[in-house]
Amino acid sequence: MSKANEIYYTAGLPVPETPEAGAEPSFWKQTHIVGKALPRVDAYERVSGSAVFPSDIKIPNMLYGAILRCPYPSATVTSVDTSQAQDMKGVQAIITGSSPEAANLKWKYRNFETSLFDTHVRFEGEEVAAVAADSFYEAWDAVRAIKVDYEVHSFVVDHDKALDKTAHKVHDGGNLISEDTYERGDVKKGFSEADTVLEHRYETQAELHTPLELHGCVTNWDGDRLTIWESSQGVYAVQSKVAEVLNMPLSKVRVVGHYMGGGFGSKLRPGKYTIISALLAKKCGKPVKTLLTREETYLCVGNRPSNTMELKAGVKKDGTLTALEFQCIGPSGAYPAGGSQLVDWLIRDLYKCENVRTISKDVYINAGTARPFRAPGHPQGSWALEQMMDCLAEEIGMDPVELRLKNIPDFSQAREGNPPYTTTGLRQCIEKGAEAFGWEQAREEVREHNRKGSHIKRGVGMGACLWVVGGGGPPSTVVIKMFRDGSVNLNMGASDIGTGTKTVMAFVAAEELGIDPGVIQIEHADTGTTQYATPSGGSKTVPTEAPTVRNAAIAIKRQILEMAAEDLEIPVEDLRYQGRKIVSKSGPDKSITVTEISGLKKRGVIVGVGYRGPNPENKTVNPFAAQFCEVEVNTRSGEIKILRFLGTNDSGRVMNRLTYDNQVFGGIVMGIGLGLTEFRQLDRKHTGKLCNKNWHDYKLPTALDVPEDMTSIPIELDDPEANNTGAKGLGEPVTIPTAAAIANAIYMATGIRFTKAPINPIAICRMISGGKE
Amino acid sequence: MNENQGESDRRDKCGLTRRGFMQFMGVSVVGASFSAAAITKAADSEKTETVLQGTRLTKIRLFINNRIYSVLVEPRWTLLYVLRESIGLTGTKIACGRGECGACTVLIDSIPRYACMTLAVEAEGHQITTIEGLMDGEKLGPVQTAFLEEDAFQCGYCTPGQIMAVEGLLRKQPDPSMAEIRCGVSGNLCRCAAYTHIFRAAKTAARYKTGKE
Repeated sequence: MSKANEIYYTAGLPVPETPEAGAEPSFWKQTHIVGKALPRVDAYERVSGSAVFPSDIKIPNMLYGAILRCPYPSATVTSVDTSQAQDMKGVQAIITGSSPEAANLKWKYRNFETSLFDTHVRFEGEEVAAVAADSFYEAWDAVRAIKVDYEVHSFVVDHDKALDKTAHKVHDGGNLISEDTYERGDVKKGFSEADTVLEHRYETQAELHTPLELHGCVTNWDGDRLTIWESSQGVYAVQSKVAEVLNMPLSKVRVVGHYMGGGFGSKLRPGKYTIISALLAKKCGKPVKTLLTREETYLCVGNRPSNTMELKAGVKKDGTLTALEFQCIGPSGAYPAGGSQLVDWLIRDLYKCENVRTISKDVYINAGTARPFRAPGHPQGSWALEQMMDCLAEEIGMDPVELRLKNIPDFSQAREGNPPYTTTGLRQCIEKGAEAFGWEQAREEVREHNRKGSHIKRGVGMGACLWVVGGGGPPSTVVIKMFRDGSVNLNMGASDIGTGTKTVMAFVAAEELGIDPGVIQIEHADTGTTQYATPSGGSKTVPTEAPTVRNAAIAIKRQILEMAAEDLEIPVEDLRYQGRKIVSKSGPDKSITVTEISGLKKRGVIVGVGYRGPNPENKTVNPFAAQFCEVEVNTRSGEIKILRFLGTNDSGRVMNRLTYDNQVFGGIVMGIGLGLTEFRQLDRKHTGKLCNKNWHDYKLPTALDVPEDMTSIPIELDDPEANNTGAKGLGEPVTIPTAAAIANAIYMATGIRFTKAPINPIAICRMISGGKE
Repeated sequence: MNENQGESDRRDKCGLTRRGFMQFMGVSVVGASFSAAAITKAADSEKTETVLQGTRLTKIRLFINNRIYSVLVEPRWTLLYVLRESIGLTGTKIACGRGECGACTVLIDSIPRYACMTLAVEAEGHQITTIEGLMDGEKLGPVQTAFLEEDAFQCGYCTPGQIMAVEGLLRKQPDPSMAEIRCGVSGNLCRCAAYTHIFRAAKTAARYKTGKE
């Protein structure tokens, strides 16, 4: 059997040139593996059921943890009585705020320090006590048997009321966390130059991540060493937090997260549950699995904050934007978490405008703290800006596509020094999207349809966006090991959160080394055995890790060439790495196969280390996107049907067409959720409690809600400056303009401007019958 | 197709809807846990009614993937808990534990069921198929192969449930229309929203299973 034939794909295909030591690799002009629509390297595990997720871990003697949470949004715990629970069948350990193992532990929300079990409870779902027992059922039996006395306080859960003088103060200092102002130019002057000035108020509702895999972990101690299998987007982030809280050396905290069942930002960090699980395990001297219940995940592992926004915009008849003035307020929740963070970014930076002023207020309310949620702040800002753009276009009698095309900047206006973008495909996204969608014709057809007088109305709408990061950057380290048969092992700390990270990285290594991606074994997401990486999120994983993998592969090639030079007695500059063979440039008859190289044979393994280089100086790397949709609204029942969606994305080089399109469609569906179905319903008046903490009452788009006709069009611009692979982030921009595009389409269908998300049948019927609340 | 027709089609062609399924299974769960009584269906289908205590361990025999497993369970334990935590068949996933998401979908007598809404004691005497049961040794089954090829997943956590839902659909309707496919997986949430590719995979799987390709 010729093993080498299975390892190398390079039958006559050129492998990228190896740059000299110290030189940067040149941009791939043509690729053979990268960009192809090939199945994932770990697809077998994911479809066979053999992939072991943290939830699936079971080790000998393992116990089950369960956490007692406060049922009130604002209360003081006055006593905790565990005497009955202690004696129950199967119970092995109980900890409360006064237990010695927990009493002195602190937990930080950003810079705000609290106790692990704080007797002053500020949101429904804060931790009060925890149990470990032989079975999941017995753990919950015991949790229910713990008697807690609460002194219940007043509360505030409505962010719009949080700054009222009479509002309950979540913390002694009041409910205003921060007020940030941004200003450029002179908005007053800008508005005076406008032919049309519009001012609207917009609202979006809090959205909950609800990834399919529950938040949770398995914790196990070997003496003073703690191992945690955590469903996480970043094992190093978990390690760092756990070491900080438990005051342990980083080296003694090993976090493993090979597979994880979705996070969307909510698993960028661990939760108090991780610490609690570790404490229970320590107390029992046995491993403990603590998986939250679905209801708990609605309460305490983050959300996209609800936002109330006011946007005033001025435009000239020719489509020039003269001024934008924006105010927004949003809740962090009970502790600082960035309740209005980045909501104003699109207003500041997406469209050309000289005069901009934004004010963002972040407030406390008695509800679970926010966490980053796929493109933090952006879909909310987009909800306001993209609807406003359509309103302005209508006022001045211009096509919404044309108005946007008139205002495309080629540099970042909101950043210090106005750095240019390495590439901006915003124009192409809008133009090619409109063309492929048949925008003008569709608008004509829809108008024609709506003139017929049927109660089924149609509309088309669009929106565009950028994503504030998405260029990635240092730090990252990747190690590639080449074995003596030429096969390789790729070692990186990054998690694959379902976006196909492992597959993309295998493709990069394969491309550079001329190796079949199928024989590349990946070790990842384990602080004990893999390299440092920041959490996977923010659309930065591919642009961070892919160039690092490429650098590691080049490090391997350089070493192989050095070794071949010794064997062949030819200067290294004269050698070319061709995959299976190393060949002399001057005399192609002189060559050696990788497996014959004596240095490799002797050492058994060679190791290539890659580091992520810096991003280009004074340049901005951002991805851009546009989306177009067609909807049908039943004006009698209020039902909305999305007929088709088209997304165009400038995310630089396409790394894998299959996973790329999958991201685009998935992001659009998540945006449909924000626009049409999802909202966190807190009982503002009577209890402050969350009313819809399950998937029946909090509705995600299902298979019946997604349009059948979905199209993804990559706008692939060469971006050699962004990084050595030319890839930019994709995961966030795909969900940013969706909700606003739908609102614009619904406006065309109904003539009603829905400024409050979500637009559900109830809202449609209410507005059609006269707009009464 | 109007909306009402759609609803009845959904029932006829795909067995029970998600909600219909809830009502059906919900009754039996409530009956068992509140009256602390459940009927054990012995493998030899003897019809003796036994009153079981909710928290006392009881021995049952489960017929899973053509193998018999004898396990000690509390009568209140769900089939999902027993599959995952007692037997170690962790391909079946837990995600809500309350009949909302379908991550725990298994086939019971070839019909897709939520294992979180089925008590283990209720499952006695029935043929249970999990994702592991679709494999031929280490070879993927046709639905699994189709999911792999079409990239019909992202994080992969809902995937076993989606695959079992499609498997169940295809056992009943070997050549499903797009409407039937959408309805067949409508009880299975995918937060990554790989739906477009899931629909494609179901189509491909139908071809593979009927041997058209």
